[in-house]
Amino acid sequence: MQYMLLICGDESAAAHANDGCGGWSEEMLERGVLRGGGGLRPADEATTVRVRDEEVLLTDGPFAETREQIGGFCLIECADLDEALEVAAKHPAAGYGTIEVRPMLVPPPGVT
Amino acid sequence: MPGVTGEVEAAVAEAFRAEWGRVVAALIARTGDWDLAEECAQEAFASALRVWPRDGVPERPGAWLTTTARNRAVDRLRREAAGAAKLREVAALAPAGGSAPDPGELVEAAEEVPDERLRLIFTCCHPALSMEARVALTLRTLAGLTTAEIARAFLVGEAAMAKRLTRAKRKIRHAGIPYRVPPAHLLPARTPSVLAVVYLLFGEGYAATAGADLVRVGLSAEAIRLGRVLVRLMPDEPEAAGLLALMVLHDARRVARVGASGEVVPLEEQDRSRWDAELIAEGLETLEGELRRGRAGPYQVQAAIAACHARAAVAEETDWRQIAALYGELVRLVPSPVVALNRAVAVGMADGPEAGLALVGALEGALPEYHLLPATRADLLRRAGRRGEAADAYREALALVTVDAERRYLQRRLREVEAALG
Repeated sequence: MQYMLLICGDESAAAHANDGCGGWSEEMLERGVLRGGGGLRPADEATTVRVRDEEVLLTDGPFAETREQIGGFCLIECADLDEALEVAAKHPAAGYGTIEVRPMLVPPPGVT
Repeated sequence: MPGVTGEVEAAVAEAFRAEWGRVVAALIARTGDWDLAEECAQEAFASALRVWPRDGVPERPGAWLTTTARNRAVDRLRREAAGAAKLREVAALAPAGGSAPDPGELVEAAEEVPDERLRLIFTCCHPALSMEARVALTLRTLAGLTTAEIARAFLVGEAAMAKRLTRAKRKIRHAGIPYRVPPAHLLPARTPSVLAVVYLLFGEGYAATAGADLVRVGLSAEAIRLGRVLVRLMPDEPEAAGLLALMVLHDARRVARVGASGEVVPLEEQDRSRWDAELIAEGLETLEGELRRGRAGPYQVQAAIAACHARAAVAEETDWRQIAALYGELVRLVPSPVVALNRAVAVGMADGPEAGLALVGALEGALPEYHLLPATRADLLRRAGRRGEAADAYREALALVTVDAERRYLQRRLREVEAALG
């Protein structure tokens, strides 16, 4: 199964933006778990896009004004949720931020 | 012959309590489909109600039910093209196909079908599910309570409870929560969640008063049943036995702890002849076996405390020194102010009320709005003969208490100290 790890944190987490992953990425690539991912620039540099009544609406800032914002993401491939949780708990960001583990949508057969 | 019908109905009811979880667990193991498993188990029990009065109660009701449920699942999956893979799995639940189980097949089926309930309960109690969802799923899939019954037991609407169950099952399926007993390295982290769900069920039923809904009162019986299953399936887990001992030792006092007008009767005033001697014997025996292993945990220690009370034929014979020492151990294992408050009560009995009051004093501020803090202080002050202060403390507790039975107890004590004050 594929899971997305959404790495969230408040403003203080920005201090860790250039820390790297302390060997986590290498370990997970080696295990064959990590499929991709990356870090994000701060949420205040985001632009939100919506289309309503054929009009493109742009908003300066993230889609939700919450204290914690997504700072990075990783796509992983695991046997089940237990493995995904173990992989997430090993990520250094789990020590100062929050990691949301979301199962990827499996498209129904025939949809590509 | 109404007597025969009654007997068969009782046999079906007993089989339901004993076998529902096993049948559901076996079907989930083979199909991975929780709804299918529940529906087919339901149909198997419905057909037992039709067939058993006619053909007699089978020698092995569990095997009959599993085979019947399996056949229902086979029938249903045959109708769906997508069911092919599951079909092979279900077919393996018993040696032959066919719609009606034959006796020879049943005996074999019973021997072949492993007890999958431990996988089921660990999955229901997975920490990725909310506590409410764990409790509801456990009651539905292992104990076989209906959605309506679970809703009534937890005082929520049936639609809301149905949604909770559906959402939990959806998360298990789509988030990939594995249907398994966790591997050894995860067991220490996962077992407490299973035990906590069972203990929460027991507590909900135990706290329910005489006037409460029978389904709610029945939760503690369900919890004890689950506790016995856990002890059988996890023989190497001393805390499972500790939990069972704790539950039966408390349940033994159930009748004696509520007075004629629904008020809580404190331990020291309970009519001990009304305690259930059989349950006490079971609790003591279960506990003693475990303590010899020397791997004490919070449930075993709490059970040991309950055992000290159970062994005292009259309140005056209670070994308070031992109880105070056990609470000291419990505070070490579970450092919580509520446990520390209970320790203060025990120390107050062992070493005198002033020693208890000193410990209660250290907890002021740690338990805001908790009525048992002033209530405990009040009882200790009353024992110390400081009646004016005791009356104030009882009034403080009365302002915070929410359970009627406890309010009546506090009011009675307040009247007593006020009368003594003159």
